[in-house]
Amino acid sequence: MADVTFTVDGKKLTAPAGTLLIDACRKAGIEIPAFCYYPGLSLQAACRMCVVRQEKVPKLQTACTTQVAEGQVFITESPEIAEARKGTIELLLGNHPLDCPVCDAGGECELQDMTFKYGAGESLYAEAKQHREEQQWSPAVFYDRPRCILCYRCTRMCGEGMDVWALGVQSRGVRSVITPNGGDRLDCEQCGMCIDVCPVGALTSGSYRYKTRPWEMKHVSTVCTHCADGCRVTLGVRQIDGDAVIIRSDNRDKGGINGDFLCAKGRFGFDFVESRERLSTPMVRNAAGKLEPATWAQALAAAASKLKEIRETRGGASIGVIGSNRTTNEENYLLQKFARTVLHTNNIDHARSTDYAAFARALAGHKDKTASLRDIAAAPAILLVGGNPTEEHPLLAWILRTNVRLNKARLYIANSQSIKLERQAKAVQGLPPNGYKDLTSILDRNDSDFAKAVMAEESLVVIFGSDFRGQGVEDLVAWGLKRGPNPDSVRFAIVGDHSNSRGAADMGLFPDLLPGYVPVTEPGAFAEYPGLPAAPGKTLPEMFAAAGKGDLGALLVVGANPVGKQGMDAAALKNTFVVVQDLFLTETAALADAVFPAASLYEKAGTVTSTYGDLQLVKKAADRAGVKPDFEILVRLAEEMGADVKALVPFGKGGVSADLGQSRGAQAGEADRHAVWLAAQGLEPRLSPLDPLAVLDEIERLVPGYTLDRINLLSGNDVRTELGAAQGRSASSSDGAGLIVPAHDSLFTSATLGRYSFALKDLERHQTQAVTESAAD
Amino acid sequence: MPRLVSHPDEVKIVTRRFGQGAANIDRYLELGGYQSAKKCLEQGPDWIINEMKASNLRGRGGAGFATGMKWSFVPKQSPKPKYVLVNGDESEPGTCKDHLIFLHDPHSVIEGTIIAGLAIGSKLGFIYLRGEYRYLLEIVEKAVADAYARGFLGKNIFGSETEFQIITQSGAGAYEVGEESALMESLEGKRGVPRIKPPFPAVVGLYGGPTIINNAETIATVPHVIAMGAESYAAVGTPRNGGTRLFGISGHVERPGVYELPMGYNLKKMIYDVAGGVRGGRKLKAVVPGGSSTPVLLPEEIENLGMDFDQVGKAGSMLGSGGVVVIDDQTCIVEFALRTISFYQHESCGWCIPCREGTDWLKKTFTRFHAGFGTASDIDNIQHIAQNILGRTFCPLGDAAAMPTLGFIKKFRKEFEDHLNGKPCPYARHEELAAV
Amino acid sequence: MSSETMSIFSPRLAARFDALVAKYPVKRSALVPMLLYAQDEIGYLSDAVIAEVAERIGITELDVRNVATYYSMLRFKPAGKYNIQVCTNISCMLRGGYDILDRFQKELGVGHKGITSDGVFSLEEVECIGACCWAPAIQVNYDFHDELKPELVPGILEGYRAKAGFPGDGSTSLGRKAEGKAPHA
Ligand SMILES: Cc1cc2nc3c(=O)[nH]c(=O)nc-3n(C[C@H](O)[C@H](O)[C@H](O)COP(=O)(O)O)c2cc1C
Ligand code: SF4
Ligand code: FES
Repeated sequence: MADVTFTVDGKKLTAPAGTLLIDACRKAGIEIPAFCYYPGLSLQAACRMCVVRQEKVPKLQTACTTQVAEGQVFITESPEIAEARKGTIELLLGNHPLDCPVCDAGGECELQDMTFKYGAGESLYAEAKQHREEQQWSPAVFYDRPRCILCYRCTRMCGEGMDVWALGVQSRGVRSVITPNGGDRLDCEQCGMCIDVCPVGALTSGSYRYKTRPWEMKHVSTVCTHCADGCRVTLGVRQIDGDAVIIRSDNRDKGGINGDFLCAKGRFGFDFVESRERLSTPMVRNAAGKLEPATWAQALAAAASKLKEIRETRGGASIGVIGSNRTTNEENYLLQKFARTVLHTNNIDHARSTDYAAFARALAGHKDKTASLRDIAAAPAILLVGGNPTEEHPLLAWILRTNVRLNKARLYIANSQSIKLERQAKAVQGLPPNGYKDLTSILDRNDSDFAKAVMAEESLVVIFGSDFRGQGVEDLVAWGLKRGPNPDSVRFAIVGDHSNSRGAADMGLFPDLLPGYVPVTEPGAFAEYPGLPAAPGKTLPEMFAAAGKGDLGALLVVGANPVGKQGMDAAALKNTFVVVQDLFLTETAALADAVFPAASLYEKAGTVTSTYGDLQLVKKAADRAGVKPDFEILVRLAEEMGADVKALVPFGKGGVSADLGQSRGAQAGEADRHAVWLAAQGLEPRLSPLDPLAVLDEIERLVPGYTLDRINLLSGNDVRTELGAAQGRSASSSDGAGLIVPAHDSLFTSATLGRYSFALKDLERHQTQAVTESAAD
Repeated sequence: MPRLVSHPDEVKIVTRRFGQGAANIDRYLELGGYQSAKKCLEQGPDWIINEMKASNLRGRGGAGFATGMKWSFVPKQSPKPKYVLVNGDESEPGTCKDHLIFLHDPHSVIEGTIIAGLAIGSKLGFIYLRGEYRYLLEIVEKAVADAYARGFLGKNIFGSETEFQIITQSGAGAYEVGEESALMESLEGKRGVPRIKPPFPAVVGLYGGPTIINNAETIATVPHVIAMGAESYAAVGTPRNGGTRLFGISGHVERPGVYELPMGYNLKKMIYDVAGGVRGGRKLKAVVPGGSSTPVLLPEEIENLGMDFDQVGKAGSMLGSGGVVVIDDQTCIVEFALRTISFYQHESCGWCIPCREGTDWLKKTFTRFHAGFGTASDIDNIQHIAQNILGRTFCPLGDAAAMPTLGFIKKFRKEFEDHLNGKPCPYARHEELAAV
Repeated sequence: MSSETMSIFSPRLAARFDALVAKYPVKRSALVPMLLYAQDEIGYLSDAVIAEVAERIGITELDVRNVATYYSMLRFKPAGKYNIQVCTNISCMLRGGYDILDRFQKELGVGHKGITSDGVFSLEEVECIGACCWAPAIQVNYDFHDELKPELVPGILEGYRAKAGFPGDGSTSLGRKAEGKAPHA
């Protein structure tokens, strides 16, 4: 729409015609108070806090519903307006309990802030306030009606935003009350978005209530460790007995790609960190064959000497390495570098959940063809093939819904099952269970409404996941590349399962691919790696097969559980020296000869890459005695083996001598600002071999596709990566098909990690109850 | 049986067929029914709208908006169907005129709806009655069925190529649903919460289509306007206030009832002549001129007051729904105010803060005050709360609660102060009112 | 849902509902009247009523409850066979509405929203029922009784009690059947 010019408080402003005055003002730095207005949700005009004076209009107008037009003149602050707002707050406070000192929202309550601003503190009312007992609706959500100001943000977020519609308004007038769908219980996705948008303490979180006061926490913005979508979370951390403990996870920092969104896992599933089953000391198997606690020095020495011995006696090819889908890019990169240059083996793999390698192969020679989440959020048309994002990729589902709802994007779904996102779809193509390979020919035939609509789209984002493997991926991508009249008009996204599955693949946790999907066999590849073995190594199942035959002397497993999760045979490891770095004594760790307690993603720094290729900074929030980041464990292991640490982690280059202190962690925000400054000056801040960002420098230098927008990254934004092979290499991959095991996590599961989250199990139990109860009806 | 009354000063236009069995379609036809609709079918939309404009007919639902003008706002072309919606939610305390129209002359509402449909090019009309009016709904439904049977409604009305259908609808107890946009919500099967305006119903209304909403009396008047001609109709009233209106006089009068009187009829005369004066020869204390939401008037304010929208407005009140409530000198105004505000508290939809919370505080404060536990600051507080509601709510219900409250305090402050001096209620009932 | 299968409503009402949902441009428009008619037959909006109405309209039960709880005539607990609704709003109050209410309370021994132990009567104080000029007025189910005096109350109760004694007189809690006749006509 054309821009119009109007005046607010004497200032000339310009905005597209029809922009809501409240938005136009906020953009210009003029804050207009509002309870009911929430960007992106339907308009209510219910709280009457946003009233402003418009010239020539008799009554005060609500800025949240006024659309700007040429020449209008507004006043947003005046005694009259302040009086009106104060009056409204006064009325609210009549019934609102003044229990701020014991209210979870105290300190981050919009009503408190407004009362402070407009000074409606004194009570004019002599009567008793309405009292009603607080209700628990689910393990996650509590409702306190007297605190509720009926702004309807929760009902709208649940309905319009989440498409769940589990909250309603019942009764009328002053008796109105927010009511959950189960009458007194809430049966839903338990995303907790309602709690997040509640401007007061009416909706509180089961996991956070009465734990602490907001100002007693340090708020660290990092990336969720659960699925591969890469939501930004804000962790509230408090010092307890010397540890920095995560008290809360929410979405205060709405600057992430997830905007307002966070799912149940991101919001409540952080408690695995505090699980009693967390490993807190290294362990070594004793002569009697039992694992027993050891010091770090003992355990490192035991593991290093054995690994070194096997390397020297049986050769690197007799050692296997399995990496993680949840460790950082730096750790994954370091792990494969450690495997290849210290252990001298290409036997390295990870639990693959989708075929990134085939995707890289399919896009070889094409640039800018992957779709980041921001691309998806802005795409006018999307073809979603397979999967069920609502359950498995909640953020993707949110972004698709939002794009359809607010931008009228056209969503096309081809699936072998019926999925909830069909409610947002323009057209749906059903497919038989193994029928994905036929999709491209159905589209090419162009004789169904679905095909016609898809083929007529000018530009298209194609999103697919583990229903496609190997050749299937290549065929789909090839079809997409030739479909459009305009070569720039297509982009692809492949969805994998865990928080850094993409990073594991990108960083070369493959027996035949180096970081960036560069074939191990490519002449001159990664030439600076000393002693890089030339031949491809073994895949994960091949390593276990070799172990079974007695051909695998040692296995290093970092943050993975191939025995418990990929169904590998435990007995195969009988004669293999197994070293495990993990948070828990998983089925695999229980078999190990040396176990190192590792830090979780919330206890370390680094970067992760979402399945859409969006790379984000991970910051250290919690601190736990006894554990170390996998990065550090690897460095120490290498050092203990006598490797050249400086070659492994290129720290301390450049000429900075300033003491930066801890560049990550406790004072992360401050250090990051420092880091931004240093980067802007072209300076090099890496002073320690334990600083993962020293490795990020090398990743940037060596890994194709990882040319990062540093300043943006360090300021906390997501930055784009490309698939490495886009440079034109044809990545010869290990044939994906048989190796890919999708996780199929639900809203409340998170592979092995989820088993240690009491909160997630509780939510799952609550929801299963709901299902069985309604089935029994 | 709602008693029919009459008085020589009445000008019987809308009530012409009352008491003559006109709910029966044959009787209605004998009494000249459906001729206006036929005429309008021949004359076409522009003519109809011009007639309505010339008649100076103003909406009888409360706000008094010019009917012809309202109809002319509907766009001629619309991609979405257009609708006519007849507001028979009649819930403003003091108002029972639509009750009589549905009972005695339901076909006039149907005929008026057809004409409105013809005027804006709509094929579907709705007649919405409050849920309590079940027996009237059945009468209206029977009349609609008869009109279909005679071909006055249906695909080809009066044998023409024009289609017009009517659906009747029942509410289920909610005053707020009388507000036009809340009415549409209710008709769409939702909570009776009003809509954000703009867009106005004439542009985006029921099911998103252009919609005109008129009070049942307004609609019932339409065939008569066509029948007698706009000019003659307009001539009955005062300038800008055409025709007659059904005044429901209730409260402390000798002969309460619904009287059809010309617009501009003197209020004092209405009470003393038409309705037989204050009951039992008592003295007049106050009059609520147009339903409970209109500010109260004192005896001296009604001396020369002509009952039309403009004159009552000038006198600081409103003609509203035409429900004249007469209060004698043995009535406690505090109790009356309490009962008035209790109603609005009960009926607030709860959507917006000032109305939801404000009416509740007013009710609580009035209850305590009337029970003899008031304090001097309460009187100012009541005013303060009402001021915080006035003009700041989402829909006019807030004003409907605030305006009369301010009127009572302003005009009867002394009576409020008397309640403070140790005697809970110096005027009437002493019991505390049961909360509704 | 077809009227024969699994309806908790009488075949007649079920058939009426089938017609009702088909009549509007949008199905959901049938919701409010449907709830009222269902209540007339069943006596109140039980969980089963809510569930069937939700299914007939094609919306969630929560959505039905959001709407149902808005309207003051709709109830979620049984009332008496004859629900006596006494208006005490201004016009009725001025002419003795509270005296009528008092008298009903005395005669029935129950207060606002109370039900007599035999289940025949329930009592409610209500807002204006649109009979201001014939005040004081009450409704018994849907029947209006106007220009009342306290001394008329026992007779009214007697009349309904007599009717209640004869089941099958066509007088359910719906009040009257659809003859389109005013009770006082
Ligand atoms: C709270 C509220 C309640 C109303 N109740 C009614 C009503 O019961 N009947 C009615 O005709 N109009 C009622 N109105 C007025 C309607 O909004 C609308 O103005 C009217 O139906 C238009 O018809 P008219 O132009 O013929 O008067 C009410 C308005 C408000 C704000
Ligand atoms: S003023 Fe507000 S709360 Fe009151 S009825 Fe209107 S919208 Fe509802
Ligand atoms: S923000 Fe405008 S009324 Fe609430």
